[in-house]
Amino acid sequence: MRKILKYILLDILRNKIVLAYTLFLLAITFTVFGLEDSTQKGLLSLLNLILFIVPLVCIIFATIYIYNSAEFIELLVSQPLKRKNIWLSLFGGLAGALSFAFIIGAGLPVLFFERSATGLMMVLMGVLISVIFVAIAMLAAVSTRDKAKGIGLAILLWLYFSLMFDGLVLFILFQFADYPLERLMVGISALNPVDLARILILLKMDVSALMGYTGAIFKDFFGTDKGSFISVLVMLLWIFLPFMYSLRKFKRKDL
Amino acid sequence: MKKVLFSILIAICCALQAEGRVMHVGSAQAFKSVSAAVADALSGDTILVDYGVYHEGNLVIDKSVTLRGVGLPVIDGEHKFENVSIKADGVVLDGFKICNSGISGIIDFAGIKIYNRHYVSVKNNVIEDCFFGIYSQYCINCTIKNNRLAAHQQHEQQSGNGIHCWKSDSMQIIGNNISGHRDGIYFEFVTNSVIWRNVSEKNMRYGLHFMFSNSDTYASNVFENNGAGVAVMFSNHVKMFHNYFKENWGDGAYGILLKEISDSYIDGNVFERNTSGIFIEGASRIEMYRNSFKDNGWALKIQASCMDITLRDNNFCGNTFDVGTNGSLVLNNFDHNYWDKYEGYDLDRNRVGDIPYRPVSMYSKIVEKYPPAMILFRSLITSLMDKSEKVVPSLTPENLKDNHPLMFKVPL
Repeated sequence: MRKILKYILLDILRNKIVLAYTLFLLAITFTVFGLEDSTQKGLLSLLNLILFIVPLVCIIFATIYIYNSAEFIELLVSQPLKRKNIWLSLFGGLAGALSFAFIIGAGLPVLFFERSATGLMMVLMGVLISVIFVAIAMLAAVSTRDKAKGIGLAILLWLYFSLMFDGLVLFILFQFADYPLERLMVGISALNPVDLARILILLKMDVSALMGYTGAIFKDFFGTDKGSFISVLVMLLWIFLPFMYSLRKFKRKDL
Repeated sequence: MKKVLFSILIAICCALQAEGRVMHVGSAQAFKSVSAAVADALSGDTILVDYGVYHEGNLVIDKSVTLRGVGLPVIDGEHKFENVSIKADGVVLDGFKICNSGISGIIDFAGIKIYNRHYVSVKNNVIEDCFFGIYSQYCINCTIKNNRLAAHQQHEQQSGNGIHCWKSDSMQIIGNNISGHRDGIYFEFVTNSVIWRNVSEKNMRYGLHFMFSNSDTYASNVFENNGAGVAVMFSNHVKMFHNYFKENWGDGAYGILLKEISDSYIDGNVFERNTSGIFIEGASRIEMYRNSFKDNGWALKIQASCMDITLRDNNFCGNTFDVGTNGSLVLNNFDHNYWDKYEGYDLDRNRVGDIPYRPVSMYSKIVEKYPPAMILFRSLITSLMDKSEKVVPSLTPENLKDNHPLMFKVPL
């Protein structure tokens, strides 16, 4: 298994797109910190990067990569190897390489410019988001044999997590405006890793006071050690569940 | 005739003052305690107090004397008494350290309390850990100048206000430094007074609390990091010039909270890093010129109950939301301000933008109506909605716009 993992990891790291992604992140991070007069503002601009670009790149790249290595996977399956190990090393390779690219491209500059709890939280969330979207991509890729369909599904999932989910939340808010929804919102935010990451970073950024009563409730929950622990746990669950489901599908799949 | 008589009277007073005796208080002097010296003094005398710790109980000054501390003598209230009670006109209290007044829920103990007097001057004192710092009731023409007031209580109930004025007139509050009290400066039914160059910071509730006080001016003060900022309520003809409102950060904290204010001026102030820079409710006829709003959550929250408020030549930079409001009725004028979020153009190069700017974003409107929507703060969908709303306004108030937004910052 280690051999496959090593092979996949090196293969992805040599990939030109991953290199371009790393350089792109590097360029954006340095411009953002160079242009904004305060690092706090730079972090806010980077927030958008982490919440939209990182998931998009991760999910699309991972999906395409899996489709492109269909023959390689078939070859591996014909060997005396467990399917679980193959799938796990594929996941490990993708997640490891993309997290590595994120850490080099955005993580190190952030920690260089803003060595605070906020910066650290941002890097942690970026890595978690990368891994989560690789797991979701694997689920998308294993669901259908057709490459175009699979990539379409991946884009749709990205759109859902970064836009449509929030639209739904807004819809619920408008429909049930007469009810106290603040506590429910804490629960609902757990249903979308992007929202969860955004709230965790914003709360670290001292803008919670802006968020009024809702912010106070969020802070009561997410601001405590227990809350942060639970939310990181939920994010780990967001890695674990899609991956396990895709593994189950992969195991039963007729290749 | 009256004026001549008055000036003659003042001249006589001055002459008397000049002729007054000088008495010394100290461990090596004729008088061992301040109260003994006051008992022996006549109006117009000067009492010089050497350094030392004096346990005077409640020191009552009932003659028009000048008390001057040499080397900051301490008057200790032993957590039981009101340190100094001034009950005569024209008393001067200068250069004392006054500490540990009593704390009570029934009596308003104060470090220095002035009872129904004229022309009292309290200056250069250090007041530490007193319940109320300097308290004036029914006073006219008193000066409170260059005092340092600090308290270190944890709960609002156990702390009084720093400088507390009640039913007074023509007060001058100048150059004081107040921290750790309940309200830094408290004005209720005080008229024709000036609050100038004070620093009020880290107070538990308001830096300045201002009620039913008409025709007052506060200028060049710094209000920083107070529990709830500054509140100005139920007053008219108030002038607020060149003050700094900074770091009033927290739920329910405002740079200034204006409620039921009319005929007032807010000019040249700086609002920096407040949750809400100004919150205005039920106000009318206010002119706000040349203020700077920087890095606030909401620069301005203006309720629909306000009318005839004119904003002109203000700078709005780096605020999360420029203006928030709760209704669609707009009776105020927002023209000729600089907004850093303005994306218009200036074809005729007259330094005024050609298309109006709408400072109320759709998202701020939604949040005002449905507070839990704050969960979507800085998400993609809200910025998309703001962008589309800017093109075709539907939810935001039609008339709340700056028809002549400035292209460049107003130099302040």
